[in-house]
Amino acid sequence: MTIFAVVVSRLSKAILTLLAIAILNFFLIHAAPGDPAVVLAGEAGAADEQMIEQLRERFGLDQPLYVQLGKYVAGIVQLDLGYSFRQGAPVAELIADRLPATLLLTLTAFVVSLVLGIAFGVAAAARVGKPSDTVLTTMALLFYATPLYWLALMAVLVFSVWFGWLPGFGYETVGANYTGLERVLDIGSHLILPALTLGLFFTAVYMRMARASMLEVSQLDFVKTAKAKGLSDAVIRRRHILRNAILPVVTLAGLQAGQLVGGAVLTETVFAWPGIGRLMFESLAARDYNTILGVFLVSAAMVILFNIVTDIVYRIVDPRIGARS
Amino acid sequence: MWKRFRSNMGAMIGVVLLISVIVIALIAPLIFSDGPWQMVQRPFLAPFAVDGLPLGTDTLGRNVAAQLAYGARVSLLVGLVSTVVALLIGVPLGALAGFYGGYVDEGAMRFTEFFQTIPNFALAIVLVAIFEPTLTSITIAIAIVSWPPVARLVRAEVMSVRTREFVDAARLAGLSKPRILIQQVLPNTVSPIIVMASLMVATAILLESSLSFLGLGDPNSMSWGYMIGAARTVIRTSWWLSFFPGIAIVITVLALNLIGEGLNDAFNPHLSRKGKA
Repeated sequence: MTIFAVVVSRLSKAILTLLAIAILNFFLIHAAPGDPAVVLAGEAGAADEQMIEQLRERFGLDQPLYVQLGKYVAGIVQLDLGYSFRQGAPVAELIADRLPATLLLTLTAFVVSLVLGIAFGVAAAARVGKPSDTVLTTMALLFYATPLYWLALMAVLVFSVWFGWLPGFGYETVGANYTGLERVLDIGSHLILPALTLGLFFTAVYMRMARASMLEVSQLDFVKTAKAKGLSDAVIRRRHILRNAILPVVTLAGLQAGQLVGGAVLTETVFAWPGIGRLMFESLAARDYNTILGVFLVSAAMVILFNIVTDIVYRIVDPRIGARS
Repeated sequence: MWKRFRSNMGAMIGVVLLISVIVIALIAPLIFSDGPWQMVQRPFLAPFAVDGLPLGTDTLGRNVAAQLAYGARVSLLVGLVSTVVALLIGVPLGALAGFYGGYVDEGAMRFTEFFQTIPNFALAIVLVAIFEPTLTSITIAIAIVSWPPVARLVRAEVMSVRTREFVDAARLAGLSKPRILIQQVLPNTVSPIIVMASLMVATAILLESSLSFLGLGDPNSMSWGYMIGAARTVIRTSWWLSFFPGIAIVITVLALNLIGEGLNDAFNPHLSRKGKA
């Protein structure tokens, strides 16, 4: 398949998946206890009879279920994710405002954890069985068992409250009105703790995968050949093992993007990071279901898009993938 | 097999840790007969400040040690039951897909893929938020987001066992297809399922605590995630209120992961020597 054909087939599959999620959302609203109109209005609208009447009319809640479903899905296709009565704005607008912050956080965490994870995994595999390998694998095991949000809280406590090294709250210094490079540095310093705490769990995951993959590839015949040719261990590791071992790690990392987006809800909550995860958290307390479901749909779209991008990148990097399917 | 498991130091540490947590969960009502909600002293007491309150009191003067012990009950219960439910969804689906192949397989796998594409924590949040947080809704939500890997694993295992000679023999002996699947094929897929299940309990405990942290816990049961969430705003003054429940989660999840890895090595001895991560 050419890259173009792959993109087309992936995108059409993605659209089907998103439609299915939209339908799932619709049935969730109807499965929720209580009147769907009240559910859609959330706590803010529960008291206002007029608002609920409007909702009933707009979604045709007196009409048959399939008509309602059609209306709902048609709305979503036109990027109408409903209205947040709590925030007094269309959900799509709220999400668009917050999306850049989430993208910045998750992409930074992804890159950091992938680079650190592979580096530590390769280092551990090179010293397998030695004390430094034991230390690294034990650390990975610990971070793998640590709740993201708790690690984030502890990081705020130590680096922000006790040492005062880094800001532990928000996206930039409020009221500072920095511009240009100063603003970039300011956002960067706010980004360090959230990105690192979100990334550490995944660093542990990727490190374990990279280590296992390095050890697996190092058992293969072509490595023996390279050794027989008289190449040094360092050259074999870098030029022969690493290149082959890294691909499955990157593939799995791409598949884990969904978890990263889920983790962002927790990280953004702890750091008051103004992204869509924080928006979801704020909507939970208000039972603002329109916003919750909107964030859910958009985060699924983000994950699907991310998977398509990684898939295409591999096909370019590793032509064998295209040949196989 | 048991011998190999026993000689694995990590796994044995895991067993000891897990047994301690289970014992604490079981005897919680005996040592803390007042329950976790009772106000026992003034709020914000530091650990060891008052006799009988080794971990101090929380924002409402409740005994933190009692809360931790009761929290263990919720974590273990939700972790275990949600894993069982996830297995009840994933095993039959994966087994049917792998055994019958064709359209059944195609359909089952599309369905599984759909659930795997959805960010699972976000889906869990949506489910619990819409169906009101109770222990039941939390458990079911976690099961719904955790079964896809089970289905894939069982499908792959069944597909490989299906082609073995003893299955052919059973077919020649005239056994019906469902009977071959249940009596001959499935028992041979049990060991990887056990390994995966022990790791799933760990993930489920992390998920439950994350949901409670966001305020989506059952309001009638004390949980570790809730404790951390409730203490979040006072972290500057009373850090220990968020610190101890976090340690409890790390210990429990770590124990389960160690046991899962130990079981994996014990079931697949040829893999463990390669220094698998």
